[in-house]
Amino acid sequence: MAVRFENEIPAEEYFAPGHRACMGCGEALAVRLVCKALGKDVIIVTATGCVEIISSALPWTSWRVPWIHTLFENVGAVVSGIESAYKALLRKGRKKLEPGRRIKVVGFAGDGGTADIGLQALSGAMERGHDFLYVCFDNEAYMNTGIQRSGSTPYGAWTTTAPHGAKSIGQRTWKKNMPEIAVAHGIPYVATACPSYPYDLMRKVRKAVETQGPSYLHVLSPCCTGWRFEPKLTIKLGRLAVETGVFPLYEVENGVYKLSIDMDVESLKPVREYLMLQGRFRHLPESEIEKIQERVVSEYKKLRKKVRMSQED
Amino acid sequence: MNEVKGMSRKVALEGSHAVSEAVRMADVDVVAAYPITPQTHIVERIAEMVANGELDAEFICVESEHSAMSAVVGAAACGARVFTCTAGQGLELMHEVLFVPSAMRLPVVAAIANRALSAPLNVWGDHSDAMAVRDCGWIQMFAENAQQAFDLMLCAYRVAERPDVLLPAMVHLDGFHVSHVVEPVLLPEEGAVREFLPPSEYPFPLDPDRPVSMGCYGPPYIYTEVKKAQEVAIENAYEKILETFKEFKEVFGREYRPVETYRAEGADILLLMMGSYSETAALAVDALREHGESVGLVKLRLWRPFPFEEVCRALRGVEVVCVFERALSFGMGGPLCSEVRAALYHLPEGKRPKVVSFVGGLGGRDVRAEEFENVLRRTKERVSSGELEGFEFVGLRE
Repeated sequence: MAVRFENEIPAEEYFAPGHRACMGCGEALAVRLVCKALGKDVIIVTATGCVEIISSALPWTSWRVPWIHTLFENVGAVVSGIESAYKALLRKGRKKLEPGRRIKVVGFAGDGGTADIGLQALSGAMERGHDFLYVCFDNEAYMNTGIQRSGSTPYGAWTTTAPHGAKSIGQRTWKKNMPEIAVAHGIPYVATACPSYPYDLMRKVRKAVETQGPSYLHVLSPCCTGWRFEPKLTIKLGRLAVETGVFPLYEVENGVYKLSIDMDVESLKPVREYLMLQGRFRHLPESEIEKIQERVVSEYKKLRKKVRMSQED
Repeated sequence: MNEVKGMSRKVALEGSHAVSEAVRMADVDVVAAYPITPQTHIVERIAEMVANGELDAEFICVESEHSAMSAVVGAAACGARVFTCTAGQGLELMHEVLFVPSAMRLPVVAAIANRALSAPLNVWGDHSDAMAVRDCGWIQMFAENAQQAFDLMLCAYRVAERPDVLLPAMVHLDGFHVSHVVEPVLLPEEGAVREFLPPSEYPFPLDPDRPVSMGCYGPPYIYTEVKKAQEVAIENAYEKILETFKEFKEVFGREYRPVETYRAEGADILLLMMGSYSETAALAVDALREHGESVGLVKLRLWRPFPFEEVCRALRGVEVVCVFERALSFGMGGPLCSEVRAALYHLPEGKRPKVVSFVGGLGGRDVRAEEFENVLRRTKERVSSGELEGFEFVGLRE
């Protein structure tokens, strides 16, 4: 008798090995896991960025599922067109699918392609209610062009366009809360995830695929090159981001918040443990670390409040 | 009139609605558009058709023109027949996306109700928007009236979707002068259109049963070869456009050529232009011919791929060519004239006409038939005084 585990990860690789990601790339790992959870009945649209560049230099491709890249800021719109085309062609009998089979259209983009330049197209697609999953692989800066700050870069981080110096502590703004922007669109499913928690990540992908209508998955993808840490620490950094409360794992299903790992505020690890493993934060004085600690705690409390209140409703 | 199966009824239609009718008869699958004057009537009518069940299509009310073009690119990549339309600023916002379907060989069809570009804001017609996208790798055709807008839309789908073409195509109709004018239009029977445009069979659609990767990036070792392939594709498309016009004539009876002429035989001076003002200029030609002037008209129907040979054939041996255009390349002059001059450069001495350039009708400024008579007078003056360089504004208030 074959023994199967509840959390078994499929052996099939839809994101083929041999791509050109940096050693220790959290994003490539996340893409691989997301693809395993998606299975073969998908069409993937990728924004310009690290994922596109590492996977598609002509005449090679890493994609074993139908895949398209066009531009940087239009993933939401291309996804809308593909979803609409399938709808029309199936209705008009020009395409046929076996009963019960469904093709999911999935958008992949980085944090710049999602929270900055691609926000309008994504917002339009979510507002119109297309049936799609959008995955933001958030490595917290424009890593493909060489570590420039984005709206998703955390406060205090060094980047090449927000360097620290005599008159700067690096990034001066707090990270844009992209999952909350997705929630504000009233879409049925929003979740955060991290490849350091592969089962949780894949469960959320499957749930999103089953959801009718737009779903949004925000995946923290540690980047050893841009965050300045040793490649062997990728998984550890992802865990610390979650354990310190910097990047809580949660789901919002039809407006109801649920923490994926239910830690109370007191059990959070100090943010220092997360920050000090990364070169991008190493310049921060004690006072700034405290400021970040306070912010993390207050944001975490707010999130727990949303969990409580939405579950009470 | 020829007896043709494609002809059934004459109706009064606004130019915009003639385009909407073509979209309906073409049984388009996906429409994505954003409102902008003077294009809006086209999509408003299409929205009604979808709402009434006259057209079985997905209509995506996108949040920008950039997304409109992106959405139809995605839909075309799945093998759907697609449509979008825009004007002026909207075409400029699409600009980045326009290079994608031409390089990725996706047969997107768009109608452009040509409009001036800001600043200052101006919603009225000229060709600034069309000229700004001439290097995007699209087939570009210019209609003079509602009938042509309808006809060229059908031709655009037929040629764009040919497996040996697979290029995007734009049909240009002048904002307001064509888009908002009600004219008699001969609408063919729907069956004839369906036969002329069978469902699109895109060879490599996005399909989980046959996975393909589209839009991979091209490093320096391969980018030039990709661009060469694209250039070959649009050069080869020229012959297919001619074939399509011929097939269109066989079914629907109306004839189109990349370069068309009106009373050009034996003329010493030829006016050359694109779009709706050619109809006004034809009135001027009639009046001038009455007065014994040796003048004719050349109308450019096809702007890309540029019909070098046909332009040369039409202009060869003529004394003077007077190019009138509704666009300006600042610091250079008229872009249409520049193309015409380049086309004529290799004609032998004695066969190469003198070329005089005029720019007018900008931002919706009317140019009447009498104005074209003035243009002709100024052409003669400029030729006799040797003022052949540069260009002159038409109807400028000084």
